[in-house]
Amino acid sequence: MTADTIATDGSKYAASARQFRANVARDLADPALRENFRGAMDYLMEKRKQAFPSEEELESLRRKCQLIKQRCLLKLPELLEQLESKLVQNGIQVHWAETTAEANTIIAELIQRQNGTKVVKGKSMVSEETALNDHLQARGIECLETDMGEYIVQLAGEHPSHIIMPAIHQNKSQVAKLFAEHLPDFSLASETATDVDTLIQTGRQVLRDKFCQADVGITGVNFAVAETGTLCLVENEGNGRMTSTVPEMHIAITGIEKVVEFLDDVPPLLSLLTRSATGQIISTYFNMISHPRQPGEKDGPREVHLVLLDNGRSQAFADEELRQTLQCIRCGACMNHCPVYTRIGGHAYGTVYPGPIGKIVSPHMLGLEATKDLPTASSLCGACGEVCPVKIPIPKILLRLRQESVKPPGEPIVVKGQGCNRKPLEAGIWQLWRWLNTSPTLYRAVMWLASRGRWLTPKKAGAWTSVRTLPKPARRSLHELVKQREKHRGNR
Amino acid sequence: MPTTVSHSAKRHTPRRNYPPKPERVYLFGTCLADALFPESGLDAIELLERQGVEVLFPQGQTCCGQPAYNSGYQEEAKAVARAQIAQFPLDIPIVVISGSCGGMMRHHYLDLFKDEPDLAVEAFCERIFEFTEFLSCVLKIELRDQGVPERVALHTSCAARREMDVHISGKALLDQLDQVELVEHAYASECCGFGGTFAVKHGDISGAMVQDKVKHLLATDAVRYVSADWGCMMNINGALEYRGAAFRGEHIASYLLRRTGGGEDQA
Repeated sequence: MTADTIATDGSKYAASARQFRANVARDLADPALRENFRGAMDYLMEKRKQAFPSEEELESLRRKCQLIKQRCLLKLPELLEQLESKLVQNGIQVHWAETTAEANTIIAELIQRQNGTKVVKGKSMVSEETALNDHLQARGIECLETDMGEYIVQLAGEHPSHIIMPAIHQNKSQVAKLFAEHLPDFSLASETATDVDTLIQTGRQVLRDKFCQADVGITGVNFAVAETGTLCLVENEGNGRMTSTVPEMHIAITGIEKVVEFLDDVPPLLSLLTRSATGQIISTYFNMISHPRQPGEKDGPREVHLVLLDNGRSQAFADEELRQTLQCIRCGACMNHCPVYTRIGGHAYGTVYPGPIGKIVSPHMLGLEATKDLPTASSLCGACGEVCPVKIPIPKILLRLRQESVKPPGEPIVVKGQGCNRKPLEAGIWQLWRWLNTSPTLYRAVMWLASRGRWLTPKKAGAWTSVRTLPKPARRSLHELVKQREKHRGNR
Repeated sequence: MPTTVSHSAKRHTPRRNYPPKPERVYLFGTCLADALFPESGLDAIELLERQGVEVLFPQGQTCCGQPAYNSGYQEEAKAVARAQIAQFPLDIPIVVISGSCGGMMRHHYLDLFKDEPDLAVEAFCERIFEFTEFLSCVLKIELRDQGVPERVALHTSCAARREMDVHISGKALLDQLDQVELVEHAYASECCGFGGTFAVKHGDISGAMVQDKVKHLLATDAVRYVSADWGCMMNINGALEYRGAAFRGEHIASYLLRRTGGGEDQA
């Protein structure tokens, strides 16, 4: 493949998000996939439950963290400026990217300036957003994922199906098969080939050498502290620490919403993040990156860079209700508890971020037109909003995006692509529905007709009757029955 | 009432001060029960009247507006909601026989009319009670079970549980029936996949969800399930019938009436 043939911006996700319905049909038909997701989500839900023994404490922590994120978002422009100046003071260079293409260009130039050809990556969903690996590989830069899940996904030529557990769609036999295909020293013939420990050790052996050879390490950021100019990185495998300390250059990339005001804001957010995500009281590693290698220090990168990406976040920020989307701390609890995600898995969404949070954040990144099937693909059951650690009213925002997608033309643009789902026939049906339900006489007449014509009820009615029967109208409506009853009583 | 209240209950329903037992109430029958399952409306009226409460059923009522609201058609939803508000002028409770319509009228009307303070929508929303909530918390009904011993499952719709606490009040009512043992099915709090237009727009996902719900209900040794929401029941019963299973759901109003010596015996 050449650089020209690869879509190195968000457009490849726009294309796959457009295929949502076909993706859903494909993945619903895969029983192994559904089993993998159900099992994994059950496990994660249970882990989270155990991590919050006190509902009172959970509730007060959620409220606290919601307020922290809301305060930081209210001051977002100022905090970003403060963050930049503190980071620069600390010797960390800051780069601003409005689009994914800009972010990729900045990163590629930094690597090339270093004459770098080998990159190791810690886990970063924002770099998935920019399709950074494709971009760098097209420029001859080897880019290796070092998070075990990301490594598996990269070997398989796939994308993460979950923001915390990228390879959750694969079970251990599938991973063993993948390793056997790609790693010369790994054999399925071994008795322990499908043991989780064997698989992890195999992956680690491969990665160990790569850390030492890498010119540049790229990671994400969980919290960027404006007060002190500190980049916080939460991880469990130590690969984030290796990536951010061994190579000569460390490039961190994150979205602009990750900035927090004070160092004191971090502990409650961290506690809520790890407990909501994996049920851990704290992650195995928590890195606080404050500056490059100082004079006299023997290790650490000589250069540290931070790339701050917008990619549609400003659009969400501009609207008070939609702004709450940016409160997200990327714990994944909403997808773990989502009955839709559990059924269809993460790849069906076609977006970088799947599940409930993906449905509300992707329209800002890819436009509502490409993602128009996402806000409607929810029963609005409310499980996501109930578990969200920062209390994002996800169901409410889904409703709002539904409104935006059927908005009539001519209104000021709030979300790019608004009005994309407005169909004259559907709009007409709702007009008719409104007329019917605001005219009681007409409504009762229609009910009368439906009950008398109940034998006309069709046997088939689209998707409804593919797994269900269609109920017939009652012989008499409740309105009629109540009237009869009252009449009968009056005669007594 | 159970002593432990889940946090979801606390979060969505700020402790409500329940009024004393009223002489009269309105019944909101919901469009779904009106067209398809009217007997549950009649059974609800009968249960309320047996408690000495007069039930008014305004003939001008239609739909709560939820279908349009959930589809993004706010103006249409607003017009229909406004028409309902006008149908219930007296300052007496409005009892709704569906959790999701109840949630719509109690919570989402506030959002719908947030720019119209003159409408006094808060006062209207305060008068909305879900049927089991009203029986349990306002009437403090005492039920005398007259039925045969049996096991039943309870399906609480997501709106009923997260917005109207039916998992508490519905269970409290069933717990009063001496001969009835409540059995919990696997994934009891998981959505059945109805979601109104979701079931039509994303029929395959919805279908996968309801098939799982049916599987879990059938895995219990319950003889039926009860629910306070016809949306879910239309979905679940439809899937049960499609499968050829005899197991069915019954609206909690009909079930309670039947167990306490009224209505038609379905057993």
